[in-house]
Amino acid sequence: MEKNVTVSPIAKSTLIGQRVKKPDAPDKATGKTRYINDMVLPQMLIGKVLFAGRPHARIVRIDTSAAEKLPGVYAVLTGKDAAGLKFGFVRDNVALKDKVRCEHDEIAAVAAETEEIASRALELIKVEYEDLPGVFTPEAGALVGAPLVHDNFPGNKSLHFEFKHGDLAAAEAASDCVVDSVFRPHHVTHCCMGTSCAIADFDHNGKLTIWTQTQYPYNYKMDLAPALGLNPGDIRVMQPPVGGAFGSKLDVYPYEPIAALLARKTGRPVKVIYSREEEFKAAPTRQAAIIHMRTGCTRDGVLTFRSADVLLDNGAYTSWGPTIPVIMMRTTSGHYRVPVVDFKAQAIYTNNPYAGSFRGYGNVQTTYATAQQMDMLADMVDLDPLEFHLKNAQISGEVTPQKSFLRECALVECLETAAAASDYSRKRKAYAAARDKPGRYKKGIGLASSIHNAGGAKIHKSDGIGTILKVDDYARVTVITGASEIGQGIDAVITLIVAEELGVPVEHVTIVNNDSDIAPWDVGVHASRTTFIAGNGTRRAAQKAKAQILSAAAKMLNEPAGTLELRGGFVVRDTCGTPLIELDRLLRRMHFQNVPELVMVTDYYEPNSEPEGAKHISDHSAAYSHAVHIAEITVDTLTGEIKVDKVTVAQDVGRVINRMGLEGQIEGGIAIGLGYALSENMRIEKGMLRNPCFRDYKLITAPEMPPLDMHFIESNCAEGPYGAKGISELPTIVIAPAIANALYNATGVRIFNPPMSPETVARAIFEARQAGK
Amino acid sequence: MKSVETEIRFKLNGREVCLTVPVTMKTLTMLRDKLGMTGTKYACGEGECGACTIKLDGQTVNSCLMYAVDCDGRELVTIEGLRTPEGLNPMQQAFVDHGAIQCGFCMPGMIMQADTLVENNPNLTREEAQRGLEGNLCRCTGYTKVLDAVDAVVEAKKCCGRC
Repeated sequence: MEKNVTVSPIAKSTLIGQRVKKPDAPDKATGKTRYINDMVLPQMLIGKVLFAGRPHARIVRIDTSAAEKLPGVYAVLTGKDAAGLKFGFVRDNVALKDKVRCEHDEIAAVAAETEEIASRALELIKVEYEDLPGVFTPEAGALVGAPLVHDNFPGNKSLHFEFKHGDLAAAEAASDCVVDSVFRPHHVTHCCMGTSCAIADFDHNGKLTIWTQTQYPYNYKMDLAPALGLNPGDIRVMQPPVGGAFGSKLDVYPYEPIAALLARKTGRPVKVIYSREEEFKAAPTRQAAIIHMRTGCTRDGVLTFRSADVLLDNGAYTSWGPTIPVIMMRTTSGHYRVPVVDFKAQAIYTNNPYAGSFRGYGNVQTTYATAQQMDMLADMVDLDPLEFHLKNAQISGEVTPQKSFLRECALVECLETAAAASDYSRKRKAYAAARDKPGRYKKGIGLASSIHNAGGAKIHKSDGIGTILKVDDYARVTVITGASEIGQGIDAVITLIVAEELGVPVEHVTIVNNDSDIAPWDVGVHASRTTFIAGNGTRRAAQKAKAQILSAAAKMLNEPAGTLELRGGFVVRDTCGTPLIELDRLLRRMHFQNVPELVMVTDYYEPNSEPEGAKHISDHSAAYSHAVHIAEITVDTLTGEIKVDKVTVAQDVGRVINRMGLEGQIEGGIAIGLGYALSENMRIEKGMLRNPCFRDYKLITAPEMPPLDMHFIESNCAEGPYGAKGISELPTIVIAPAIANALYNATGVRIFNPPMSPETVARAIFEARQAGK
Repeated sequence: MKSVETEIRFKLNGREVCLTVPVTMKTLTMLRDKLGMTGTKYACGEGECGACTIKLDGQTVNSCLMYAVDCDGRELVTIEGLRTPEGLNPMQQAFVDHGAIQCGFCMPGMIMQADTLVENNPNLTREEAQRGLEGNLCRCTGYTKVLDAVDAVVEAKKCCGRC
């Protein structure tokens, strides 16, 4: 026993599943946090963008001479300054355009001393346009002879995806019931509270530093470089705190290279920041689609096949939006046990705004279809939907037609838990029986579920993460990680895991994850992957550090190896918890000995998933997860207004890591899903957004948020950190079809074209009544 | 093109401020760009989201809608002014403790509104809090933990006997 150590034994305890506060919350609560939107650099200029304000046009001429002469203006750029600098998935985009393909096309940009001067300069730019006929729906774009959005994309064809499994004709012939419907998921947008912003600055060696809101800092370099003609290695990505992302910052958008082009031209840092109206018009959307889905089953209620023919409104350029079939097909083939699958998707260029990735990534749209067709089929074979779902639910060990291996599958438990907690079957019957009785207000209950990747998605060559961890002389731990924090709370998860492994207080853990010159590579925050991937990376690094510390401690204290543990800031005997030496004192001894030893370890964690592959037949995620939502609603049949009274959630989370963060992600995910289901709708008329403000684009507010009854099912994922799975997209995915099914239960009406806004619902009820007469 | 400017005096977070502002300048711009008080956020600029909420003579206002010249002779409190010498004020602390903060961008406005609601009604119910926070948009949290935090502050005030 070391002298001065008089602490009583320290019992084993765990932080896993506890409630840990976000380390950045106090600064955010006091207004101290400096978001990118708040940043001002010495000599910084303000950049502003001139948008086309028309959907399709030839630029006849641009005259920037008056703008250039305005005092305080440092640079005016137009399409010729970005000529040839193509970027994007299929290299169809450029920072400043020579032709107008959508309303928010960037035609010119200025850098000036103040925003006021920059705005004035934009007004002085004279552009002569020759408007062209446009295409505003994917059906119109696909017609022979339709105007071309890009001359080099004949037929306006963008990305195409296909997956087939089994004999469709035979499966159809063997089906007793088939539902056939066309769903039209709409345009919505992320509405990050912090509007889009980038600050760019070049040094005299030609290296670009860009402060950005990106949620994928490393591949971001690769994607930004061609827009500037730079080597990706000459880009340093800085990630100050951001006001939300939700998938919207998973690609490069033109304002970012514009800031950099202005910075290069002026030799000064340039900040581009959007107003809310610009944000609505120019930020990416969720992918809009037309989904023709058919699902069949036997009269006993066993699924026989599912087919989906999807047409995607690509918009003017190809960002992440049109890639969502990668996930749409996983849901089509993997949402319940579907023996035969036929999926195809074609994206068609239009002169509409274009879509990026958005929390739920294609699964929001697809589950809106699959989960309603499950409900419709249950009705046709006269089964309680719960029973129908249970009959077709996968169990652990099953493999989907696309080879998603459901190692730990808790779908049955999710279904049973949610149904029991909400008294689903009894209420469903009672509400259905009351449907045709008199009364303006009708109650309904609806069940929906979905499947989603919960251990990343290997769509890049690696789905890994690098971690560097050091422990200093005072037992303070620094984790240098590729994992980005965009509000989702990976900071709390990392501090919790380090504290768990090294027995230090969470407050003694610092995270460095905002500078690509320092932190090692990571794919980014997407695919519900960060707790899973960064959690594993952090845990592995912490365990390496711990092994080094305990080995040194055993030697110094003459204790047998393998008998020591780190607990409460001490090295203790594992069995009895007797403290032997303070951790910080041990670390100093390790450091200041004859052969000095510092604790600094590195790790690269690569999950055991398989690359997506061109055929999409692969175990592309290290885990899959299910969630079940049961929504209880009241419908005002006169106005069509839906009030969500309660939502019961049962989700396979693998294992709860930070309970408070998990709850927050589910609550927030559901709020976004509620907006999608009920009120959010970008009204795009002939390519022009008619409601670019919060007054006319309605987000869910506090009074509309229903009480949630949350049940976390712990399936203990073998590959996940402590058994955890990724969790944050399913809440957004499942809620809308749960409400749609509840609406059917209440009124007998189905909505195939969300949102289920009062006018849409009222019209559907009215039309159903007319038809019934 | 020089805009007309005028000198104003007001109290900001307990301290006297005297400065000259263009008559067209909004209070939000004055706070952020002239005074460097960046805790108050711009998120819509038209009074729809509540991110710029500040306290003016004890009542909350959207600082993006209010002209800076109208601050003359008034008393302003921003999110930076809620902090007490001992640390976070009870509402700020409750937001931290209950996990009400994710990206946090809307939170300065949300906290100002919540703090004022409880100040003006110590018996605030959850439903009243929901109504009172209707004008503050949040994209991350779904408001549940925000309301939990407000509930906790109301409960704590009831217990301490000082109100």
